Amino acid sequence: MAVPQLAAPPAAPPQGVRRRRRSLGGWQFVGPFMVVFALVFLAPIGYSIYLSLYRNRLIGGNAFVGLDNYTQALQDAQFWSAVGRVGLFLVVQVPIMLFLALLAALALDSGRLYGKSFFRVSIFLPYAVPTVVAALMWGFIYGSQFGLVGNINDALGVALPDPLQPSLILASIGNITTWEFVGYNMLIFYSALQVVPKSLYESAAIDGAGQLRIIRSIKIPAIRGALVIATIFSIIGSFQLFNEPAILRNLAPNAITTYFTPNFYAYSLTFSGQQFNYSAAVAVVMAVLTIIVAYVVQLRGTKELG
Amino acid sequence: MTTTARTPARTSGQSKPVTMSSKKRPKGSILLTLLTSLMALYALVPLAWLLINSTKTQEGLFSSFGLWFDDGKFALFSNIADTFTYDGGVFTRWLANTLLYVVVGAGGATFLAVLAGYGLAKFNFAGKKAVFAIVIGAVAVPPTALAVPTFLMFSKVGLTDTPWAVIIPSLVSPFGLYLMWTFAAQAIPTEMLEAARVDGASEMRTFFRISVPLLAPGIVTTLLFTLVATMNNYFLPLIMLKNPDWYPLTVGLNSWNAQAATAGGEAVFNLVITGSLITVVLLLAAFLTLQRYWQSGLAAGSVKE
Repeated sequence: MAVPQLAAPPAAPPQGVRRRRRSLGGWQFVGPFMVVFALVFLAPIGYSIYLSLYRNRLIGGNAFVGLDNYTQALQDAQFWSAVGRVGLFLVVQVPIMLFLALLAALALDSGRLYGKSFFRVSIFLPYAVPTVVAALMWGFIYGSQFGLVGNINDALGVALPDPLQPSLILASIGNITTWEFVGYNMLIFYSALQVVPKSLYESAAIDGAGQLRIIRSIKIPAIRGALVIATIFSIIGSFQLFNEPAILRNLAPNAITTYFTPNFYAYSLTFSGQQFNYSAAVAVVMAVLTIIVAYVVQLRGTKELG
Repeated sequence: MTTTARTPARTSGQSKPVTMSSKKRPKGSILLTLLTSLMALYALVPLAWLLINSTKTQEGLFSSFGLWFDDGKFALFSNIADTFTYDGGVFTRWLANTLLYVVVGAGGATFLAVLAGYGLAKFNFAGKKAVFAIVIGAVAVPPTALAVPTFLMFSKVGLTDTPWAVIIPSLVSPFGLYLMWTFAAQAIPTEMLEAARVDGASEMRTFFRISVPLLAPGIVTTLLFTLVATMNNYFLPLIMLKNPDWYPLTVGLNSWNAQAATAGGEAVFNLVITGSLITVVLLLAAFLTLQRYWQSGLAAGSVKE
């Protein structure tokens, strides 16, 4: 209530007389988007569901098999190992990244930083690097041939663990993703912090609240909306993990399997295995899982607001 | 009520203006600056690595330390020249393709999102709630889950291996729509639109003459988000395109990188690194030029909820 900007945007006031004209007016703006949306979102979703209910057999051709593909997916150890891998990634990488982003945003917002705009721009810079280029670059850095890791080993006479070995590859990918997106999330949080009225901090300081208390009781609650949105987008991003493992696979074919992430699995099924129907079922299961997790996070995030 | 509660604190501050003004800007903290420098180093060191190593030859990459220059020779300019001429100058082609996909794909996505976001924010119409529910639901559907069925659909109508296969799916950005919706609701006073309607202006005229200028920061923000999304979408062009002539930079650079692993393939890591540097520099230039606009747009988008 104290922050009017945070309220939901006002609905357009009803204008009974011109309602029909306004209705046309609305559709003339929303229509073009919805046409393309139906073509590239709704149609593929529908087609995916259709495909997932069929199976191409050697004898008999394309046949309706009901939910067979889904029962197969739910019992598929490779699929579940992929889901487990992105689940682990999500539980470890997303909190680390968002925590670092929040710290950086609070540092920028504190007004106690020398060279604030330098930090704002430089921490954000990696976001402007395409993920493929980031994965190529970090792949070189990780590599033992002319990578930094190899250099450091040679220069200091130590033997750092190979970041591309199977037990470390997920953490190495997590590092690439964190590097890419920490600045982006920082900027989202920082922008949200900037619209919090500064007078709130002054009143709190007069009441004897310290910096940590102000952060905990005023700043974090004030940007809760931004935190929830950033969390949801990070979850969706983790579940979709594809670029980094696909690129690093050139360097670490043994560490990255064809079913490393659910997306990579669906890709391998389609393009190496020609199993379009099964691949569609895997994609549908993954989409449903993503929506459920995102929805739960949103419910929890907004419930705690009240 | 909150306003009245706040006023006394402010006036009491003004009664001793000297101390207040010095307190208003808290003292800089060296410790905080040092800690934040660690974050900045983390962000910048890989980019410095990229810059330094783009000055090395293929042999120099292996013989010199990663974070320092190769004493032997400074090969940045010959690397740039080689990047543009290697393999019949295909890099220039990839650059032009990327530009095409970004201008038409991200530009088109922004245009559609601006129109629809404005329509959702400023009009009441039949089916509005349904539109909103469907689009917000779509934000959670991973685009890559759509890519495989889209590929199968496109291959039936012969669109795969053409630029359209990359452009058409890029035209819709549910997140862009969400951003424009929140931005339009805040940035355009409804009374202003009413006034224009009373004056007899058509809806389209009102939109282009009155609303678009007010929406400019939001439009730039949406454009940058769709631009990054288009550049980051590696999966879509990877499955849609077979002909290297239609590759965007990202797919092309990775194909150069991967050729070292194939039998008889020439290792051109220096060109992969230089090509990456060129890509990054171009994107950074776009970001920094538009910085002024997108930051204010971002603020508006993130305060929603």
